[in-house]
Amino acid sequence: MSYSKEELSAIQEAMDKWQVNVDRTIAKQGERKDPFISSGFNEINRLYTPLDVQGEYNEKLGFPGEYPFTRGPQPTMYRGKLWTMRMYAGFSTAEESNKRYKYLLDNGSSGLSVAFDLPTQIGYDSDHPMSEGEVGKVGVAIDSLADMEILFDSIPLDKVSTSMTINAPAAVLLAMYMAVAEKQGVPFDKLRGTIQNDILKEYSARGTYIFPVQPSMRLITNIFEFCSEQVPQWNTISISGYHIREAGSTAVDEIAFTFANGMAYVKAAIKAGMDVDKFAGRLSFFLNAHNDLLEEVSKFRAARRLWGYIMKEHFKAKDPRSWMFRTHSQTAGSMLTAQQVNNNIVRVCIQALAAVLGGTQSLHTNSRDEALALPSEESVMTALRTQQVIAYESGVADTIDPLAGSYYIEAMTDKIYNEAWDKIQKIEEMGGAEKAIEIGYIQSEIQKAAYQWQKDVESGDRIIVGVNKFQVKEPEPSGLLKVDPSVQKTQIDKLNELKSKRDNEAVANRLEELRQAARGDANIMPYILNAVKVYATEGEICGVLREEWGEYVAAVSL
Amino acid sequence: MTIRKIRVLVAKPGLDGHDRGAKVIAQAFRDAGFEVIYTGLRQTPESIVATAEQEDVDCIAMSMLSGSHLTLMPKVTRLLKEKEMEDILVIGGGVIPSEDIPLLKEAGIAEIFTPGTPTSLCVEYVKNNVTEKA
Repeated sequence: MSYSKEELSAIQEAMDKWQVNVDRTIAKQGERKDPFISSGFNEINRLYTPLDVQGEYNEKLGFPGEYPFTRGPQPTMYRGKLWTMRMYAGFSTAEESNKRYKYLLDNGSSGLSVAFDLPTQIGYDSDHPMSEGEVGKVGVAIDSLADMEILFDSIPLDKVSTSMTINAPAAVLLAMYMAVAEKQGVPFDKLRGTIQNDILKEYSARGTYIFPVQPSMRLITNIFEFCSEQVPQWNTISISGYHIREAGSTAVDEIAFTFANGMAYVKAAIKAGMDVDKFAGRLSFFLNAHNDLLEEVSKFRAARRLWGYIMKEHFKAKDPRSWMFRTHSQTAGSMLTAQQVNNNIVRVCIQALAAVLGGTQSLHTNSRDEALALPSEESVMTALRTQQVIAYESGVADTIDPLAGSYYIEAMTDKIYNEAWDKIQKIEEMGGAEKAIEIGYIQSEIQKAAYQWQKDVESGDRIIVGVNKFQVKEPEPSGLLKVDPSVQKTQIDKLNELKSKRDNEAVANRLEELRQAARGDANIMPYILNAVKVYATEGEICGVLREEWGEYVAAVSL
Repeated sequence: MTIRKIRVLVAKPGLDGHDRGAKVIAQAFRDAGFEVIYTGLRQTPESIVATAEQEDVDCIAMSMLSGSHLTLMPKVTRLLKEKEMEDILVIGGGVIPSEDIPLLKEAGIAEIFTPGTPTSLCVEYVKNNVTEKA
């Protein structure tokens, strides 16, 4: 990367000459755009040269598995083990979803990823008035341990790793998972998986919050502490930029806002008395794999280098594992079109390539029909096969960080690194992520970019194939998946039966103990686990916590 | 005589947190010169109709991506009917399968805008279809 002063000035001189040539060409025929803006809102130069990539190789890039991890978190990366192909799935009842999981595992999925329905994500049972119409729609409905037992029936929990997209009530669902493991005879220290557990981005971008900020942060640090002792292989949080980007943010803001949230969790845990090295190694991340291939590859690399820096230099963590940025990624659902849906297969392939060339640890690929409905089994298969073709046929997994050294990739990696860090410092000056969310700064930045995107599409500055260019008249799509509308009734019947059969006195006692714990400052996890085990429902547990802690009130801003 | 600006309530019924579309359309309506009220997340049909009444709106635009549109959207129009507020134009948008659109129209939702629709089209539609209020 380093060039001598003489070489650089020679390059500059040659470039000045080339510029004359460029100007002459542009005078005859202008370029397609002015300026060129990436899908992540970075301005892209005409050409990148050694003049754009200065700095020491060892300091900025180093080696895979070593600080600053720009080239990857593990020493051998995909040569040792491919990324985990983890397909996000879940709908209808636990029975239906259990079938889909077995189908995915039989077809070479290497980890599970559970999608819960909205009532479950917001701590309501299926019979709550707010649940009307939502039961089993965007994920599986889980009301109690009884549903969780069915969800993982005949799936040995010591053999699979399971990721659960659950945030506000993450503690409850983790407790249910642990209770299922106990019934299967699997010790807690054999459990591998992740809970999303990232409440701050729910306030700013995803919307499934329940409790106010303070008790929510307490729940999160309680989980960090509890798992470091009881479930040591569990990723206690998945700090997510995915939804921030989906909501419309720029690529730089995806990293900046995610890391600002991450820093808030680290600060909260340290404030609660934990040593940073006790929990930092279990922090994991979740990024978006968007359309702009080269920008996205740079983004993953910049993220690794920046998180390493933050943990080592800012929080003074000593264990190298605490410096390591490990991430799941998912292709950008918001970039899929309802028009000419087969084009989405191509988009997903490019996005998946970006994640793999960027060095992701696990990946979900979206299905072609997701702008229309929940994915059908057939389109899920194509999405999974896309990863397998990249893994086994394309050759990109055979050498580590293959795009390193490209002038463009290195310059963009530096740009995202620097701009994200500047923005993080700005947020820190405001008082950190919690404050920036409270005053609506994060939300308004996301919103501005989302609206700009829409205007760019409508003006034709951004071309979306099949949407604002190359449109065709097409027949109505067919073969879409529909959730049986009777799911809600089935769930309510199950719930009523459960309530008539379980030991209701034990439930009342465990809930009362939970209430007392919520009022005090003991770790709340053991109380939730005890309540779950006697089949207290998720709605009952969250109901007690709602009564004690209140609910988050979002400031509505436009 | 002053011409009253068109007043639109942009609403998110149900538990869905995807509000990118709602916020984008709200801004497009505002840029088109409408008065825009945005409800925020987790609205019940009852709360939407109550806000519509209180704010004296000409149009309710609901955005839904969670699949519960067949339950919640018709409930809004039913409540409007009960309150004799049927002159309010009701439209919807989001991930809504085409086979559901006739059912929604039958229930009184005037138009459904699916992904990829330019906001300018929605703006034109509202301008052409709201009932003039005195």
